[in-house]
Amino acid sequence: MHKIFIRSFVSSLVFLFTLTVAAVAKDVKAAFVYIGPTGDHGWTYQHDVGRKAVEAAGYKTTYVEGVPESADAERVLRQLANSGHDVIFTTSFGYMNPTNKVAKEFPNVKFEHATGYKREHPNVSTYAARFYEGRAILGTIAGSMTKSNVIGYVASFPIPEVIRGINSFTLAAQKVNPNIKTKIVWAFTWYDPGKESEAAKALIDQGADIIAQHTDSTAIVQIAEKAGVYAFGQASDMDKFAPKAVLTSVENNWGPYYVERVKAVANGTWNQKDTWHGIGDGMVVISDLDSAIPSDVRAKVNQLEKDLASGKVHAFTGPIYDQKGNLMVADGKTADDGMLAGMMTYVKGVEGDIPN
Amino acid sequence: MIKIVKRDQPSRTIFFLTPVLAIILTLFAGGLIFYVLGFKPFEALKFFFIVPIADMYGFSELLLKATPLCLIAIGLSFCFKSNNWNIGAEGQLTFGAIVSGGVALLFYNQEGFYILPIVILAGAIGGMLYASIPAILKTYFNTNEILVSLMLVYVSKLILDYLVVGPWSNPEGFNFPETRQFSESARLPILFEGLRIHAGIFLALAAVVVSWFIFYKTYLGFQMKVSGFSLKTAKYAGYKGKKMIILVFLISGACAGLAGVGEITGPIGQLHREVSPDYGFTAIIVAFLGRLHPVGIIFASLIVAITYLGAETAQIFMQIPKYTGQVFQGMILFFLLASDYLLFFKIKFTGSKN
Repeated sequence: MHKIFIRSFVSSLVFLFTLTVAAVAKDVKAAFVYIGPTGDHGWTYQHDVGRKAVEAAGYKTTYVEGVPESADAERVLRQLANSGHDVIFTTSFGYMNPTNKVAKEFPNVKFEHATGYKREHPNVSTYAARFYEGRAILGTIAGSMTKSNVIGYVASFPIPEVIRGINSFTLAAQKVNPNIKTKIVWAFTWYDPGKESEAAKALIDQGADIIAQHTDSTAIVQIAEKAGVYAFGQASDMDKFAPKAVLTSVENNWGPYYVERVKAVANGTWNQKDTWHGIGDGMVVISDLDSAIPSDVRAKVNQLEKDLASGKVHAFTGPIYDQKGNLMVADGKTADDGMLAGMMTYVKGVEGDIPN
Repeated sequence: MIKIVKRDQPSRTIFFLTPVLAIILTLFAGGLIFYVLGFKPFEALKFFFIVPIADMYGFSELLLKATPLCLIAIGLSFCFKSNNWNIGAEGQLTFGAIVSGGVALLFYNQEGFYILPIVILAGAIGGMLYASIPAILKTYFNTNEILVSLMLVYVSKLILDYLVVGPWSNPEGFNFPETRQFSESARLPILFEGLRIHAGIFLALAAVVVSWFIFYKTYLGFQMKVSGFSLKTAKYAGYKGKKMIILVFLISGACAGLAGVGEITGPIGQLHREVSPDYGFTAIIVAFLGRLHPVGIIFASLIVAITYLGAETAQIFMQIPKYTGQVFQGMILFFLLASDYLLFFKIKFTGSKN
């Protein structure tokens, strides 16, 4: 009798203990720091969609929007780390140094920095998406559908991420149409509807009948709609802003990664990583293809999407030449991640010079 | 019956009371907005104005935030007092940061006591150079200083963009838009271990004292005051207007440039695309809220600084959109301008005469 009592007492204690552990684990709180407003329908909007996925998975989340990359970022990070958040996602490149600085002070808090390269402390991970895979899809569509053989491209800043996108897009377009030229206008902004509109208009005036963009607002697709040319949505599905112009969009899908990482914190399995996911892991998603895309192009695109996902095709497969005709990637070889990360030269077929 | 009567002279008491009235009205209207948005107004106001500065760290962050605002606003008050509408402090800040950052980068791998003074001086000179453009154009070509100084803000930001993306970008930084980190000798010393408040606050305090002395104890201060009241009187009195215009712009530019130095050599430690969250524009509100008086500007900079911190806290703890901070800044200026009506008119309660 006595033994049974003790046994049941111990087992109920163990049961209670597991309950509390489960409850504590479930209590993990995640915070998100955004560069823009959650309603930008671009970069920040998609991160917030990812945050909502974390909420839906049963975790509490907090976010702070419109945090400038000035001295203010560090204060916001410290406040979040100080107020019971277990993992903090910092979703803009400019937060890199403040993230590492605050991470040093809070070794028990995990930090996840998007698009950066510094992991100075064991509690800092970095993550980014292989958007260039999505841009290879856009290039295939653009190369197949252009009539003027001039494709416009509104770019933000001359950094490897953007150059890589331009190159991937151009290479894919050349594969289906060797005569195309990619014209670039640098807007020098990530989000400025006015400047982006000006850039799009300038490209249309130069004969571009398809406009791609590496800036975040919906201004460009709306200009394209008015001018009667095609365009591609950026970051989120922008079809509803320009139903005729938008052929498809490359969506940033952060949700699965965010849920996985927050779960890892909850289970105690979180470790430092550098993540670079593409179509195959679902971080890059191609929106529904517009009905204006003919069925043969559609088939080609679907096949490419499958092959990029499985790794059968790499967006940077040689031979690749730069503008001067020098060989960048040999025949049959593919560019490695190191080359992709530091890419600062245009491939053949891109017009103009990289501003410097 | 209520009657509105024009005052013979603007009231001095009202002059210093209206900023307080504007703040009270802002709190009231802010509470109302929170209520309409579905938040508990008192709790929201508590998270906005009390929680952020409830501990030592919070208070130090308040001072950190108020320092550039105070410094720029002191400089602007020289211009505004003498009828010179310098709207481009943000550009002067940016250009000051560019020049001092450029000097700091020259010494990126060196240590030495002489580096910091050179870096600070470079920032002041940069700000002065940039402010001299609208000043010279105004005095010699009669251009409108509001437009020129404002447009130059965008020019300075584009120059900064160009430099951090191109020639000054960190060679080990994978071409991302940022420079190297400055060496420790080019950084303003931190006042307390573990906090971010730095020696730049002494620059702001020095500016307060010096400006008070100039405004109220010197001939230049008197000239500025007269020019502010009436340019014709100033001309009649034989003041050399052009010299004064250039001088106040230079002072203003130096202050803004120093604010830029404080940001990049204080908490940031490098140049990148966003050295200031529009301090140069917010300081205009600070200058007017402080009634262009050095002591008033200290208080005004603290109050405006807290709207930034409060907006962050309110979003973290109550999910109130962070942009309400800007709404508060706008409301303070709006109510201040509105209550200036009382400067020139008084409301009289008289017995019913019907």
